[in-house]
Amino acid sequence: MKVTNIEALEKIATEVRIGIIEEVYNAKSGHPGGSLSIADILTVLYFNQMNIDEKKPNDPNRDRLVLSKGHASPALYSVLARKGYFDKELLQTFRKIGSNLQGHPDMNKVPGVDMTTGSLGQGLSASVGMAIASKMNKAGCKIYCILGDGEIEEGQIWEACMAASKNNLDNLCVILDNNNLQIDGEVEKVGGLNNITEKFLSFGFNVLNINGHDINSIIDVFTTAKQTKGKPTIIIAKTIKGKGVSFMENKADWHGKAPNEEEYNLAIEELNKSLLKE
Amino acid sequence: MDCENKVATRESYGKALEKLGENNENIVVLDADLSTATKTEIFAKRFPDRFINVGIAEQNMMGIAAGLSTFGKIPYVSTFAVFAAGRAYEQIRNSIAYPKLNVKICATHAGITVGEDGATHQMLEDIGLMRGLPNMTVMSTSDDAQTRWAVEEISKINGPVYLRLCRMKTPKIYNEKETEKFEIGKGIQIGKGTDASIIATGVTVAESLKAKEILKEQGINVRVIDIHTIKPIDKDLIIKCAKETKRIITVEDHNIIGGLGTAVSDVLSEEYPVKVEKMGLPDVFGRSGKAEELMRYFKIDSTAIVNKFI
Repeated sequence: MKVTNIEALEKIATEVRIGIIEEVYNAKSGHPGGSLSIADILTVLYFNQMNIDEKKPNDPNRDRLVLSKGHASPALYSVLARKGYFDKELLQTFRKIGSNLQGHPDMNKVPGVDMTTGSLGQGLSASVGMAIASKMNKAGCKIYCILGDGEIEEGQIWEACMAASKNNLDNLCVILDNNNLQIDGEVEKVGGLNNITEKFLSFGFNVLNINGHDINSIIDVFTTAKQTKGKPTIIIAKTIKGKGVSFMENKADWHGKAPNEEEYNLAIEELNKSLLKE
Repeated sequence: MDCENKVATRESYGKALEKLGENNENIVVLDADLSTATKTEIFAKRFPDRFINVGIAEQNMMGIAAGLSTFGKIPYVSTFAVFAAGRAYEQIRNSIAYPKLNVKICATHAGITVGEDGATHQMLEDIGLMRGLPNMTVMSTSDDAQTRWAVEEISKINGPVYLRLCRMKTPKIYNEKETEKFEIGKGIQIGKGTDASIIATGVTVAESLKAKEILKEQGINVRVIDIHTIKPIDKDLIIKCAKETKRIITVEDHNIIGGLGTAVSDVLSEEYPVKVEKMGLPDVFGRSGKAEELMRYFKIDSTAIVNKFI
């Protein structure tokens, strides 16, 4: 069922964030920073935008989401559990032996995961293949692909961009999680990515810039993207790494580190407070 | 064996693809700016709507194929072996083999028999790389009829396949009728000689058969085993040969590390330990020259096999 109420979506996004913290804390490993930064975008996609049915995870005509930045698996799992693809209790097993919730998403183990990802730079190519196939089959599917900003330092991303543009893939919507931080620091300093917008424009994309934490803007931008014909869209979403947990915000250090007990309690307390406010 | 009308397995592949495309509309073909060399151009001309040329971007090509397969398409992906198994190795590993996606990687121009292009284009490690991947079926065909059979047969497997093809024209070994008995994972025994088993794959099968005839004149009776499926390998046949013949010799257009010789040794060392004599590239890169000259130079031709018995 589609959720249209903004406050309701904000509440779900906070619940998704609580799920992320629970997963990473229980696993004592994982990637909280880049998971928290895409919580709002994923919430809007799964609860408001995508043509999906959690009871039919293999429906051939469903929309697809490829989480190319697969290390943000805690966010994807948390959204999928909240949506009802699997029991929320399973989030406690994240990254543990015997669990289907692998460190990086495995399409053969988790209902709702549309592509196995984890090795950066590869998800966009798979998304291009899906978008071409949907056109060949006249299936009318939308393909969403979430990239990290550090991830686009991979050359394969630009190979895929070329193909998306050449094949006029207007059913492909890429979302760039532009939190400006990667493991070793600021994206501009580590890899030298400048003028992201111009780069994608020159590759023939429809480029849209938004605040990736404003639910209203996120809904609007997807609506605009759907109306674009003849070319792929990229949404450059300005985000904050660690968003929602103040001591994690804008810190590269929280890219791939689990909170200790004290930090966990602080984070949950803060998120619970936001939940009450909403 | 028909040595008059030679055909390169890449040529057989191109023709077989066209036929396959007629019978199965889910077949899509991808190439990376080498369609005239890999022979996917035949399919491209016939079914332009099901042909995707990605340009010189092999890593992207593997990913696109992975995505296509999730929609029920059966992608046949072609480029030279060095760019398929080599350059795009990790894309094959993580986007195709690990998720067990239904992608057929048909890599042409494998081995030193590429010829004049030299070492950069002569892939000698692909069998080793591909057989090390879980879920991957690895094939290397020896002639025209066998290749045409394999191209169709692999479309019936639901999972990733690596098919190794060559540029050099090779003799016709089998007729159409004989291929009806072929099975993926089952080697083919030619002859019943007990002096030695020459185990070969791809272009070295014809060389082994030539050697078999020459040796026969000298009173040495060998059998030739054509291993078209390197993974899963025909363990039973290899063990049977080790038991029935005095010697085991493997010969391949590949580095002796990781290829057919290693695969045979893996079986025998565990099941029936005997000495395995490995012929192949002795852990060196190739070089420029004519294919036939290079086979002689690197001692993987019929003469080199015969010399093993002097």
